[in-house]
Amino acid sequence: MNRHGTPGTSGAESTALEVRGLSVELRTPGGPVPVVRDVGFSVGAGQTLALLGESGCGKSMTAQAVAGLLDPVAEVVGGQVLLGGRDVLRLGPRERRGLAGPELAMVFQDALTALNPVHTVGSQLAEPFRIHERASRGAARERAVELMERVGIPEPGLRFRSYPHQFSGGMRQRLLIAMAVALRPSVLLADEPTTALDVTVQAQIMELLAELRRETRMALVLITHDLAVVAEQADQVAVMYSGTVVESGPVAEVFAAPRHPYTRGLLDSVPAGHARGTVLPSIEGAPPRPTAVPAGCAFRTRCPLARERCATHEPPLSATGPGRASACHYWKELADA
Amino acid sequence: MLTFLGRRILSSAIPLLVVVLGVFFLARLTGDPANLYLPLSATQEMRDAFSAKHGFDDPLPAQFAEYLSQVARLDFGESLRTAQPAAEAVLRAFPATLQLAGITMLLAVAGAVVVGSLAARRPNSPADRIAGFLSSASASTPDFWFAIMGVLVFAVTLGWLPTSGTVGSAAWVLPVATLLIRPFGVLVQVVRGAMVTALSEPYIKVARAKGAGERRVLFRHALRNAGAPTLTVAGDLAVGLVNGAVVVETIFGWPGIGKLMIDSILQRDFAVLQAAVLLTSLTIFALNILIDICYALLDPRVRQGAMA
Ligand SMILES: Nc1ncnc2c1ncn2[C@@H]1O[C@H](COP(=O)(O)OP(=O)(O)OP(=O)(O)O)[C@@H](O)[C@H]1O
Ligand code: SF4
Ligand SMILES: [Mg+2]
Repeated sequence: MNRHGTPGTSGAESTALEVRGLSVELRTPGGPVPVVRDVGFSVGAGQTLALLGESGCGKSMTAQAVAGLLDPVAEVVGGQVLLGGRDVLRLGPRERRGLAGPELAMVFQDALTALNPVHTVGSQLAEPFRIHERASRGAARERAVELMERVGIPEPGLRFRSYPHQFSGGMRQRLLIAMAVALRPSVLLADEPTTALDVTVQAQIMELLAELRRETRMALVLITHDLAVVAEQADQVAVMYSGTVVESGPVAEVFAAPRHPYTRGLLDSVPAGHARGTVLPSIEGAPPRPTAVPAGCAFRTRCPLARERCATHEPPLSATGPGRASACHYWKELADA
Repeated sequence: MLTFLGRRILSSAIPLLVVVLGVFFLARLTGDPANLYLPLSATQEMRDAFSAKHGFDDPLPAQFAEYLSQVARLDFGESLRTAQPAAEAVLRAFPATLQLAGITMLLAVAGAVVVGSLAARRPNSPADRIAGFLSSASASTPDFWFAIMGVLVFAVTLGWLPTSGTVGSAAWVLPVATLLIRPFGVLVQVVRGAMVTALSEPYIKVARAKGAGERRVLFRHALRNAGAPTLTVAGDLAVGLVNGAVVVETIFGWPGIGKLMIDSILQRDFAVLQAAVLLTSLTIFALNILIDICYALLDPRVRQGAMA
């Protein structure tokens, strides 16, 4: 565990990815707007960390900053992204491209538009081999067909020449996952990989991701709104609110006994027998806009425990026990309750 | 694909007919050719004989029916001026125009793809601003003004380029530049816009996530997707070029079909004018079909939609 009290990887697992104090700002005409503030977490090889939070809390920004894929309007203004002990934020663009695929891969939120409509899926699947291994067309093709087979595309030899619009949403997401794991990355960032899909397909995709993670022992950072998915799939969870991590720890412990009022609110708002795929039920009120984050604790406008100190002192994310951390001055009141 | 082409051909054939019809009747409103081809002292009998010989005394609808039946037999009539078959005169002039327009279009598209793509890489960067300024200046330059300035500066004052003719590569510079300037400016803006859109699509991030370098992202992933909007505009501009050739050919004495048309209007040389218009329309018609084929080549969704 580091000074931010990030969810640790238990000693036995080697840390694949560690993010420390990551901050991202948007450049706007009205000046820089912080959208990711001092975020930290780490994931061990073969482990799954869930990044959980309401829409707009900065999950995608965090993942894209880690992967070096931020839009030009957004900029990393601080922090470290340690991949195999190296800070990738300090690498030049060419070195970073060298890691994109073999070390760090990403699956995106929008499965339907993430494939290039004018190229065959086969040529898109072959690209990682062409780029990183300088494989010949034929060799890359063979590997791509194998990959298609692995992720469950029927008749890969024939479908290789098809175009994205000829596949269903679920199949497209399988293709995107295949592309991401092509070079057996040590870390896979999956940004809401099932949002655009049917509920039954969602379960299949999650199952595929879990299988691939076990097979290749990659670390998985799973971004989601879905508490059920977190409970089923993740080892660790980091709950984000308004651009920062407010609670983190092993999923079972956090869900059993949350130590932040926001996490508690999320869990309480889930009806009994909560069905998979339902969007995170919102707690009363709306999260602050990134341009108007309240001073002190960002959650205080919606927090049932808020009091004076919360308006003046920003609670740091600090350790509350082995492997657990919370950013609330009064977390003990939750723990005792 | 075939029914798709068939439909396109039918729908472009109608404007073609309208043009042919329009030219036939409008040309005959410009005046009586007998005034030009017979001496001022010609008697009324001589005039009537001339009109009868060329069929100008028939009622207009009858003339048109006769014209259509001739065209159906690929007979385009004779030039009043030279008594040569009109088709021959037109086909002789055609390659000069086609070369001029072809080279211009090729340069405009190639230049616009490079400049537009570079500008789109970083919107609002200095490179983008410079490209934006130059392209809007270029898109709004009147071609006749540019042609006349070009002749004054480079031909008359500096003496570097000839004022007219087609001999030697120097002769091509001013006509091509004149024709090029507007389409180039317009195309840079279109390519830039289409590239900015394409570059913001999710598949671009996916390509970068695979470690694709800048060139691969720009040219393999974005450009092909920027092709369709570019093609639409390039097609319109190419049609405009075939028409715009009239101005440039007249200014630079370029022996193409545009100059031939102007000459035959001035000479009331109806057969040649009609043949020239027909060929120009056919060219535009063929161009439209070519553009449709390009769409299908660029985008598999169009291809499959067309086959379905
Ligand atoms: N291109 C952009 N321009 C301006 N603001 C943006 C842009 N992208 C994101 N934002 C803002 O940055 C904040 C963080 O966005 P982010 O996409 O990381 O949220 P998220 O947690 O992934 O949400 P979701 O669950 O909806 O995907 C949001 O408030 C969003 O409005
Ligand atoms: S610090 Fe205060 S406002 Fe923030 S979560 Fe804790 S009790 Fe609520
Ligand atoms: Mg997101």
